[in-house]
Amino acid sequence: MKKRLTAFLLLAALLCAALTGCGGGSTEQTPAEKEPSTPDAPVANEITVGIAQDLDDSLDPHKTVKAGTREVMFNVFEGLVKPTPDGDLTPAVAENYTVSEDRLTYTFTLREGVKFHNGDTVTAEDVVYSINRCAAATETGIVQVEAFSVIQNIAAADERTVTITIAEPSNEFLSYLTVAVLPSDYDKQDTAPIGTGPFKFVSRAAQDSMVLEKFDEYWGTPANLDKVTLKIIENADSLMMSLQSGAIDLCSHLTSTQVAQLGDDFNVAEGTMNLVQAMYLNNAEKPFDDVRVRQALCYAVDKQAIIDIAFDGYGSPIGSSMYPAFGKYFDDSLTNYYTKDVDKAKALLADAGYPNGFEMTITVPSNYKPHMDTAEVLVQQLAEIGVKATIQPIEWESWVSDVYVGRQFQSTVVGVDASTMTARALLERFTSTYGKNFINYNSADYDALFQQVLSSSDDAEQTSLYKQMEQNLTENAANVYIQDLADLVAVRKGLEGVTFYPIYVLDLATIRYAK
Amino acid sequence: MKYAAKRIAMLLLTMVIVSLLAFVAFDLISGDPATAMLGTEATPEKVAALREQLGLDRPLLVRYGEWLLGFFTGNLGVSYSYRQPVWDLIAPKVLVTLCLSGLTFVLIVVVSIPLGLRSARSSGGVLDGARTMVNQLCMAVPPFFTGILLSWLFSTLLKWFVHGKFPSLTEDFGGAVKYLFFAALALAIPRIAMTVRMLRSTVQGEMQKDYVRTAISRGNDRGGVLYRHVLKNALVPVVTFLAQTMAEIVASSIVVEQVFAIPGLGRMLVTSISNRDYPTVQAIVVILAFWVVLAGTVADLINQRIDPRLRLGGAA
Repeated sequence: MKKRLTAFLLLAALLCAALTGCGGGSTEQTPAEKEPSTPDAPVANEITVGIAQDLDDSLDPHKTVKAGTREVMFNVFEGLVKPTPDGDLTPAVAENYTVSEDRLTYTFTLREGVKFHNGDTVTAEDVVYSINRCAAATETGIVQVEAFSVIQNIAAADERTVTITIAEPSNEFLSYLTVAVLPSDYDKQDTAPIGTGPFKFVSRAAQDSMVLEKFDEYWGTPANLDKVTLKIIENADSLMMSLQSGAIDLCSHLTSTQVAQLGDDFNVAEGTMNLVQAMYLNNAEKPFDDVRVRQALCYAVDKQAIIDIAFDGYGSPIGSSMYPAFGKYFDDSLTNYYTKDVDKAKALLADAGYPNGFEMTITVPSNYKPHMDTAEVLVQQLAEIGVKATIQPIEWESWVSDVYVGRQFQSTVVGVDASTMTARALLERFTSTYGKNFINYNSADYDALFQQVLSSSDDAEQTSLYKQMEQNLTENAANVYIQDLADLVAVRKGLEGVTFYPIYVLDLATIRYAK
Repeated sequence: MKYAAKRIAMLLLTMVIVSLLAFVAFDLISGDPATAMLGTEATPEKVAALREQLGLDRPLLVRYGEWLLGFFTGNLGVSYSYRQPVWDLIAPKVLVTLCLSGLTFVLIVVVSIPLGLRSARSSGGVLDGARTMVNQLCMAVPPFFTGILLSWLFSTLLKWFVHGKFPSLTEDFGGAVKYLFFAALALAIPRIAMTVRMLRSTVQGEMQKDYVRTAISRGNDRGGVLYRHVLKNALVPVVTFLAQTMAEIVASSIVVEQVFAIPGLGRMLVTSISNRDYPTVQAIVVILAFWVVLAGTVADLINQRIDPRLRLGGAA
């Protein structure tokens, strides 16, 4: 009987050997790639970047809706102009542009010999096609750029000249021309995108990875790295272990707790997430339709305490729908408009007819830990003024359909970002008739200010008007503003060049190995 | 033959019912693919337009019928999230999960059967007590926790594998299997403990029976009786249990794949549900249902070989 057992084990061993053995054969076919990088061997000029969410979206830049997908595809696509780290716009596919005296006609001259990743040269036709595609949005899934509705005429004057005529002068029109320029005769953008950026798309495996390679024919400063693998690791523990095991060289959007666990192999770069994190209040819903109640909530909240407790002190407090990276539009005097004052808050509540407080729910998308943590602290702080808040965790997709689109909520903690680098992207949403005014903010003054912005042609005047809009939001306590979250990026020692932008992008072209 | 036909019909019916249930359940939860696709760009008008374009405004049964028709003609549809044919999307993941489950299963069988028989033969004593305790512990600790421990031990500390660097199965099979081994271990440990305990108690129960005493009194040695007679009888419940295990491995692999950053089917299912990606969810649900029913069928067939008495019911 011993023999039986031995035979059994032998069989099992054989089976295992067979499994790994036939693997050995196939390994030999790709020996070059599997070389471990020993200190002596020249380090391959490539990195692996960890991403905490899947790139489960259309890769067509005109259809992409997820911030995480846009963040990385920034490296693949460019528009006529593109954003700079300072928050300005710099010509990209266009070499230069002129604006007519009446500010209605834009003339773009394309750079000579800008190539798409498939080798074709960018023509004025491609530019016209790309802008028209976003303006009309007739194709399924295209995200319509509403700012393009002012375009009256767009034409390719010759191979390298595009003229755009708009109906009314606008200081922001240019910033929307960051929309990606795509080849007009290509229909596989969804899964195999082609752009003009410093990196070209190689492959994507769902929930696993995306590979980008340096585009050798890039018109501008070429990327420093030859290859970047974006590795998707959604589980937080797993992400940390992959950082520690050496599988990942760079990872953004880490929490302060994660950063503390990193160890000696990493440097940490700190930027801002460029989000307006707030407890957004449904201004049409009782009791938040009363400005005194909203103000009471603002007086109950201590922003710095939230940042200290839930974020280990990383984060910048804000007081309105604008974050510091926006520079000239940011009004720091609003940050401490409301300072924590429990008595004042209680008095306001009593005034509004709630001397004993009330019960409320805070709906929070549960996959966003920073927002969940913030909500936890908020519950504690609100309890001090007698408001009994309960957190209702909700899936992101349900959040979008119920809260954002359906507006069925009392309050919610999320971060709102700007899709383009304009104050308008953050502030227009609270005008009473705007489709995405999910908090149902309704202020005639605010609407009037926005109309003035639209008709104004002077940049200084516009800036001042935008600041007045911010002030309007603060004074009316439209929301309980909290902070712009810190963006903590782990970078393996030896790598450098992490650049932060005022919008949500990860610029891979500037990252390099230190010499 | 008739039995096989009946089995296949059952299999198909189960898959149809499961897919219908998934379809209906999906319709009941809030959120829909159109809002998921549009994200924060969603406005009621855009959502309505996209729903129409996707055909989501049609009645449930029409959509289901269309899906079913597609399924039987080999067309699983196009993923809403990835805008890519579902089969291209999930085929590599099916392979990974299949390998992981296979490896786990082999580990369970190879370790637990000899171990179970050994522990059945030696009962009582301090060693036995210790063994029971270890067994309890292995059963109680969930695979995801074991997974974190194993990753830490074998990746962070011993550097036997690089956590987060899962090699492609088609390019580096050996490396992939090596990586999967640790995940399989995490999945197998509680199952091994359960199988050992089960085998031990059935074998011990069987050893009390009269035919064993008779066999031994006729001069056979205990070991011979154990392998020739007892094992055959004790195996029937164990095989049934292992078939259930096969199904459960797939379920727990959802979590373990996350822990080990393995791009398998489990993760795919979870995210495609939260993305409201119907075509992908349907395909995965049907594959999993197929898997579970298949495991049950195989177990029945094996049991009939082990114990001919079981054949009388269906096959005659």
